[in-house]
Amino acid sequence: MKKTYKIEVDCANCANKMEDATKKTEGVKDCVVNFMTLKMKVEFEDGADVDAVMQNVLKNCKKVEDDCEIFL
Amino acid sequence: MTKKQKKMLIRIVIASIAIIVLHFIPVKGIVKFLLYMIPYLIIGYDILLKAIKGIKNRQPFDECLLMVIATLGAILLALFQTGDYVEAVAVMLFYQIGEWFQSYAVGKSRRNISDLMDIRPDYANVEQDGKLEKVDPDDVEIGTIIVVQPGEKVPLDGIIVEGSASLNTSALTGESVPREVTVGDEIISGCINMTGVLKIETTKEFEESTVSKILDLVENASSRKSKSEDFISKFARVYTPAVVYSAIALALLPPIFSMLFLNASATVFATWIYRALTFLVISCPCALVISIPLSFFAGIGGASHEGVLVKGSNYLELLAQTKYVVFDKTGTLTQGVFEVNAIHHNTMEEEKLLEYAALAESASSHPISKSLQRAYGKEIDRFRVAEIEEVSGNGITAKVDGKEVAAGNSKLMKKLCIPYKDCHHVGTIIHVAIDGAYAGHIVISDIVKKNSKEAIRQLKKNGIEKTIMLTGDADAVARKVATELGIDQMYSELLPAGKVEKVEEILNTKPEKAKLAFVGDGINDAPVLSRADIGIAMGAMGSDAAIEAADVVLMDDDPAKIAKAIKIAKKCMRIVYENIYFAIGIKLICLLLGALGIANMWVAIFADVGVMVIAVLNAVRALFTKKL
Repeated sequence: MKKTYKIEVDCANCANKMEDATKKTEGVKDCVVNFMTLKMKVEFEDGADVDAVMQNVLKNCKKVEDDCEIFL
Repeated sequence: MTKKQKKMLIRIVIASIAIIVLHFIPVKGIVKFLLYMIPYLIIGYDILLKAIKGIKNRQPFDECLLMVIATLGAILLALFQTGDYVEAVAVMLFYQIGEWFQSYAVGKSRRNISDLMDIRPDYANVEQDGKLEKVDPDDVEIGTIIVVQPGEKVPLDGIIVEGSASLNTSALTGESVPREVTVGDEIISGCINMTGVLKIETTKEFEESTVSKILDLVENASSRKSKSEDFISKFARVYTPAVVYSAIALALLPPIFSMLFLNASATVFATWIYRALTFLVISCPCALVISIPLSFFAGIGGASHEGVLVKGSNYLELLAQTKYVVFDKTGTLTQGVFEVNAIHHNTMEEEKLLEYAALAESASSHPISKSLQRAYGKEIDRFRVAEIEEVSGNGITAKVDGKEVAAGNSKLMKKLCIPYKDCHHVGTIIHVAIDGAYAGHIVISDIVKKNSKEAIRQLKKNGIEKTIMLTGDADAVARKVATELGIDQMYSELLPAGKVEKVEEILNTKPEKAKLAFVGDGINDAPVLSRADIGIAMGAMGSDAAIEAADVVLMDDDPAKIAKAIKIAKKCMRIVYENIYFAIGIKLICLLLGALGIANMWVAIFADVGVMVIAVLNAVRALFTKKL
C-alpha cells in the first residue's frame, strides 16, 4: 500500500536524510521524499499498521532532522 | 514569506544592529565577551541546539556542527588572543542570511513552478434542478453532465454534448493557437474554455483524468534521480567528514611540526587553528546539495510548460546526451491518416471514378475505404450499391447503379483478368474496373506532417548525429518519405517485433556514450519505447498507453517538440554542470587559500553563502524555456 504525506523540511540534504531514516523504519517497504514538492510517498509492507508505522517514521525523522514535520 | 522566514529575518536584523552598536562601545575583556555573546546567541541559538542534537543522535557531521566549531573556535581565539569577536558573530550571521535566502529562493521557485503547472481545476459545475452547483471534481461520477463556462478550466475528461467553443490548451501542450471544439468532440481536462458555454458528459473520474495524470507524473519526476544528483549526495556524504578531519589535521600537524623542528613558540597554534576554522566555514556543501535538484526540478517544470513531460531527472540527463534518434514513421513523422493523392489513367471524370470506388467500398471500415469516402465528400447512398463482396487481401467487387465495379490492388485485377496500368507514384494503389474494363487507379498515401522536415533539421542542428526511420510500410513509400525529410537511414517492411530487433542492433553498434531515443506514437510500439535508452511518445492527449510506456511524453503530436525537448535538457544539464564546477571550483580555491592563510573568515563566508546564492539563482534559469 502506498500513501502520500505532506512534509515540511528546510534543505535538500535533510530531505535525503529523512528518506533514509524512513526506509530504515520497520513496516516501511520503500519511501521517496520529494524536497521540491514537499511530499513524501511511503510504501508499506503488507499488513503493516499504517498509523503506528508513521508515528515511528516521524520519530526517526525527528532524530535525523530536528525541525522537520510530517503532516499525518 | 512563511512564519519561520519572518522570524529568522527579525533575528537577522536585530543581530546586525547589535553588532554595529557594539562596535562603538569601548569595553574590554570579559565584559566585551559577554556583550558580544548577546547577538551571537540571538542569531545562532538554533544552530547550537541542532549541533548538540546531532551529536546526541549520532549524526554529527552536518553543516550546523561545522558552523558551531568554526564560530566557537573563533570566539575562543578572540577571548584569549585577538579580542576580535566580530568575526565569529559575523560568520554565524552570514551563514543564517545564506540559509534564509536559500529557503526564500527555493520557496519562491517552488511556487513559480507550481504556478506554471497550475492546471488543477478547483471545482466542476453540475446542473441540479436547473441551478448550477459547484462541486469538488473528485466527487463527480462518470456520465455526469458538467457545465464549463467561458474562462473556466475543463475539470474532467469527457465528450461535448452541447455547445461549441475555442479552447486554450497552452497549459497542456505549449501550443498557443486555440482549438475549436463542438458537439461530439472529446475534450480533455486542463484546457481553458475561452468562448462558449459547453455541456460535457464526463467519461473519466478525476483520478483518471488527464490533469491528474500529468500532475502526478511531474510531481513524481524528481524522485527518479539522475546520475549527477546521485553523485552529489554521495559526494556530500564523504565530503563533510573528510573536511572535518583535514581541518583537525591542519590545526594540529603544522604547528606541532614547526614546534618540534623549527623551535617555534606555542603561539603558532593560534594561526593554524584560525586557518582550520576558515577551512571549515568554506567547506559547507549546501550550494551543491541545493542547486542541483533545484536545476532539475526547474528544468522539468519548464519543459512541462512547453508540453513536454519528462518523467524523471535521469531522463533529462539522457536526453541531453542523445545522439541517435529513431523514428517510427506512421503517426510520428506522417499524420497516419491516408488521403487520396492522385487519380491516373482514368477513362472517366475523376470525381465519377472516385464516386464509384467510394460507393463500392462504402461498407468497409478499413482506413483506405474511409479515405476514399472522405475524398468523395458527399453523403453515400447505400441503396445504389448491391452485391458487395469482399475479396480478402485484394479488394471489393460490387454492383453500383447496376454496373459491375471492382476496386482493389493489382492482385484483384489479375484475378479478374483485367489488364491494368502500374503506377510510378508511391503509395497504396487502388485499381478500379467498371463492367470488366479498366477505368483507372487512385493513389492513396499517408501525408507527411508539415513540421517533420523542420524537426529533422532542428535535431541535426542540435547535435544529433544520426536520424533513423523504422516502418512497416513498403520500401518505396519509406524511401520517398526518408529522402523528402532528409533522414539518414531507414528500414522498411518491418513487423513490430522487427522494430525491436533493429533498435537492439543499433544499440549494440553505437558508442556507449551516445544515447538512443526512440520516438513513436505510443500505440503499438510500447516494447520499442521501453527498449530504447529513452522512449519518447507523441500525442499523449488521451492515450494512456503512451503515458505509461514512455519516458518522455510530448503532449501534442508535433515532431518539432523533440528538438525543443533536447534543447531544454541541454540547457538544464549545462546549468547543472556550471553549478557543479563553479561551486566545487571556488570552494577548492578558497580551501587552498584558507590553508595557506591568505583567505580570512570573510572570504570563507563568501565562498559558502555567496556561491550558494549564485548557484541557486543560476538553477532557477532552467525554468525559462520560451526562447529555446
